[in-house]
Amino acid sequence: MFVSLNWLKQYVDLQGLTPEDLAEKITKTGIEVDSVEAFGEYIEHLVVGYVKECNQHPNADKLSVCQVDVGDETLQIVCGAPNVAEGQKVAVAKPGAVLSGDFKIKQAKLRGEESAGMICSLQELGIDPKNVPKEFEDGIFVFPEDTEVGADANSLLNLDDVILELELTPNRSDALSMMGVAYEVAAILDTPLHFPSEEVAITDEKAHDAISVHVEDAELNPYYGAFVIKNIQVGPSPLWMRNHLISAGIRPINNVVDITNYVLLEYGQPLHAFDYDRFGSKQVVTRPAKDGETITTLDDEERTLSSDQLVITNGKEPVAIAGVMGGADSEVQEDTTSIILEAAYFNPQAVRDAAKEHGLRSEASVRFEKGVDPDRVKRAGLRACQLLVEYAGGEVLDGVVEYDELNYQEEQITITTSRMNHVLGTQLKNEDIKDILRKLQFDYSQDGETFIVSAPTRRQDIVIVEDMVEEIARMYGYDNLPYTMPEGASKAGGLTTHQALRRKVRSYLEGSGLSEAITYSLTTEERANMLVSPDIEGEHTRPVHLALPMSEEHSHLRLSMIPELLTSASYNIARKQKDIAFYEIGSVYVTEESVLTSQPQEQERLAGVLTGSWLTHPWQQEKKNVDFFVVKGILEGLFTFLDLSENVRFKQATMKGMHPGQTAEVVLNDQSIGYVGQVHPSLQKQFDLKGTYVYDLNLQAVLDTVTKEENYTPIPRHPSVSRDIALVVDEQVKAGDLQNTILATGQPLVQHVLVFDLYQGEHLPEGKKSLAFTLRYLDPNRTLTDQEVEETHNAILEQVKTTYQAELRG
Amino acid sequence: MKERLLELKQEALDKVTAAEDVKGLQEVRVQYLGKKGPITEVLRGMGKLPAEERPVIGQLANDVREEISNAIETKQTKLEEQALEKQLAEETIDVTLPGRPAPSGGRHLLTSIIEEIEDLFIGMGFEVAEGPEVESDYYNFEALNLPKGHPARDMQDSFYITEEILMRTHTSPVQARTMEKHEGKGPVKVICPGKVYRRDTDDATHSHQFTQIEGLLVDEHVRMSDLKGVLNEFAKQMFGEDREIRLRPSFFPFTEPSVEMDISCKMCGGEGCSVCKGTGWIEILGAGMVHPNVLQMAGYDPEKYTGFAFGMGPERIAMLKYGIDDIRHFYTNDIRFLNQFHKA
Ligand SMILES: [Zn+2]
Repeated sequence: MFVSLNWLKQYVDLQGLTPEDLAEKITKTGIEVDSVEAFGEYIEHLVVGYVKECNQHPNADKLSVCQVDVGDETLQIVCGAPNVAEGQKVAVAKPGAVLSGDFKIKQAKLRGEESAGMICSLQELGIDPKNVPKEFEDGIFVFPEDTEVGADANSLLNLDDVILELELTPNRSDALSMMGVAYEVAAILDTPLHFPSEEVAITDEKAHDAISVHVEDAELNPYYGAFVIKNIQVGPSPLWMRNHLISAGIRPINNVVDITNYVLLEYGQPLHAFDYDRFGSKQVVTRPAKDGETITTLDDEERTLSSDQLVITNGKEPVAIAGVMGGADSEVQEDTTSIILEAAYFNPQAVRDAAKEHGLRSEASVRFEKGVDPDRVKRAGLRACQLLVEYAGGEVLDGVVEYDELNYQEEQITITTSRMNHVLGTQLKNEDIKDILRKLQFDYSQDGETFIVSAPTRRQDIVIVEDMVEEIARMYGYDNLPYTMPEGASKAGGLTTHQALRRKVRSYLEGSGLSEAITYSLTTEERANMLVSPDIEGEHTRPVHLALPMSEEHSHLRLSMIPELLTSASYNIARKQKDIAFYEIGSVYVTEESVLTSQPQEQERLAGVLTGSWLTHPWQQEKKNVDFFVVKGILEGLFTFLDLSENVRFKQATMKGMHPGQTAEVVLNDQSIGYVGQVHPSLQKQFDLKGTYVYDLNLQAVLDTVTKEENYTPIPRHPSVSRDIALVVDEQVKAGDLQNTILATGQPLVQHVLVFDLYQGEHLPEGKKSLAFTLRYLDPNRTLTDQEVEETHNAILEQVKTTYQAELRG
Repeated sequence: MKERLLELKQEALDKVTAAEDVKGLQEVRVQYLGKKGPITEVLRGMGKLPAEERPVIGQLANDVREEISNAIETKQTKLEEQALEKQLAEETIDVTLPGRPAPSGGRHLLTSIIEEIEDLFIGMGFEVAEGPEVESDYYNFEALNLPKGHPARDMQDSFYITEEILMRTHTSPVQARTMEKHEGKGPVKVICPGKVYRRDTDDATHSHQFTQIEGLLVDEHVRMSDLKGVLNEFAKQMFGEDREIRLRPSFFPFTEPSVEMDISCKMCGGEGCSVCKGTGWIEILGAGMVHPNVLQMAGYDPEKYTGFAFGMGPERIAMLKYGIDDIRHFYTNDIRFLNQFHKA
């Protein structure tokens, strides 16, 4: 909402406040002022001139040489505007004037003719071209005939105005009118209001005889008032009215249209004028549209209606979509002499739906959608009639023909001073409440500390006690509210076990060299189906998709974070950042439903991508690229950190999109929880990646398994004994399996088995490999004898021979 | 004999002085103090001496032995020191060469900001609550006083999946869920961080996915002045002791009264500059007293219970704090961006 301060001043004394100070007060008390802008720039030496003579320029077809009386002298001015003519009153920038854009006016010769100034167009004076009336669009601006010659043109053109742009929250639609803003400002400044009267001179002729009104659906149209005005002369509206419209961003058209727009801005009540003679009947009938019915609207579009929309008809066919737009057939035109003026209350929802349906959001529909003030519907009609009499020569027929089922009831709200103080933490007295209600101009009755407040119909946002709490609080001033801390029973805050563990996991991963990334949850359909972990992938698992995505790029919910992480890696590599080590903790959204009937299961997962070099120390010629074991090592470290290393296994696996030989499924207590491995080289190629490893784990399951071990294991007082063995086995035998067998067979003495060598090649038969292990034997309670160790050791050798045909390497 | 001993002493001491390394010194030791050495020999011939001279010569021989032994010891220590010095000198490295980098990762700036805010409110007795990102229309809107057809739903155009299920547009549904869990009893004191989604085209200031952190306190006697006190505490800890706050009226369907909180601009100290668009204030968060309809729907008696709620955007806070000019940086994962915030 644009508020012209020159206009606002007519209703309320602004007490000499600067626009900035006023804006600050309005912002702090109720409505955010988005900007304070000068409407125009004050231009020195800009006066009203009278074109006494206008002759063709001797040397240029398109120029005129004008003799212009500017009050104290007559200037010869060369003018290029096609509409300049003798007898006009025009805006003259005399030599010395500076127009916007630093354009200095000087005495000059134009094609050999002296020119002492410039006759200006509105655009040249800084008016937004889209608000310039059509008649002056391609030429100079012409003042009304009665304008005083030599007068300062700045104030006549409202160039000294300042515009406040209000950022209205949905509840403050009362400020969609100058009167509403005036109420607000008067309350803030505690100053009286001066509103125009709505007195209208009427003729003897009865409106009833000229028109009838019939409403079919009171729900959709609780009030319809029709005024009839005859003998109208369509022409330009007065300059001050045009100025006000332009300042509010509305283009002046003609007096009839301008008056309806002016009253719309002043009262917040949209009005519509129909040409009486072109209306098509003498009856106004409002009803729900019929499905498929059509109307050609003012913008010459044929529009198809539906039954949830309200239309105004002449009893036969629609002449307007209620509250949205009038029809072309009954539009007010140059030759219109009689009009039906509509002042109505239309159902907000019906207007919102129709405006949305036809893509026609207008100054009028916006106000109907919010619900107009019932008290001002008819009054706005009267105000418009008054202006039509004064500025369009109209004669108003006696009476308003109306249908009235409108609820004018003011909401009664009971508040008490103690409840106010209870909720706000203030120490207001009854007197303070009374004072605020007076400033707001709310009626009330008081009984001790109890007030029964009548919320005026203009403030439809005030319905419940809390709305009054807000009114009192904002008028009292949030700055005056004390600072207190909550008093209730206090207990220590904190994180849940899960949240605390998650933070520790982050710290561990970051300490291992990973950087946290955050990617989008919404991705493409292709990526949503890519690299889905085996523990999620099911026959019917499918990504959730949006009903109306904004783009394919963000249309489906991810089942894995990996594809978007690969995109991020790719983004970095394209920018020469080649070493990537990411982790991300986030949700994936799992469902088997193609059309959701319930929310998908949101699973918290840990995923990441690594590529490039892992360790480098260039001047020592050290460089190690990321490989499977780097990533596995980080994960093993994590499981050790969480005391789960005994519960986790890595199982050779194959998976679509992953390297067939370098992928492991991660198993936690026999439950698959994710995977780790190299991305399939052909998939890597799609992302412009090489040597890229990823992991994706069900973090939820991992953290749920963590138990808080609160026992302390004493440090063994007896030394352990280490033995190494090198075993020759078939290539296919997994080191992990051997390790598990050794550990199991060695119970209870073998505490730890570590692979320290892998050999294949010379001195070994084809298809064989040698794996060397260090075994640590320990009995916490005594020193082991050689014999005891020997016995267990032999048992282990026996076992691996049986299970894996493992031979001791000679 | 005496002369012979003194002669031997002088001889040995000269050789000790002349010895150039530990090995040479060892030879001196063997030569003079060994079992076959000259001093031993002298002592063996002591039997020929008169009985009264024997102790004198014996004593002298012992003194000579000790003196030589001490000299060797001293010299040996000195030689060892010299050898070590030489060895260490050879081991000299260029300490200005770069060290081997330790693994270095770090948190995302948004996570750091969220954790900082979490910790701040945990310090004031709040717990952290989380909830689903794919929400029901009921929790995202209806339970928050936004019935179907409510005009304010326009304000947050949402990604619907079905008519009843959507990507949550704010973390407020977590508040509604948390209140419901407390079954009409107080206090409820939580902050709710998380990802939210809106139908916005990504550009420098908009993102279809972003984060929010909201707070809620419901109890039997929560006042609006408590909201002001808590937010003031938060602002000072988060942005600096010298920052002022102000509350301005605003509108949110789930709070009444509703306010927006500004903090005084750090750049200009409140004078007005381009950062604060000349106002001296910077908008940080929205807040208000929980709407009675919201309390009621979650099973609280609004006559007995009151509450406050607030919500803010970690992206906005990070952008203000670090002067970041494009919200898309948070989701592109450019490591040149991420690394800048991996500092203590
Ligand atoms: Zn500033």
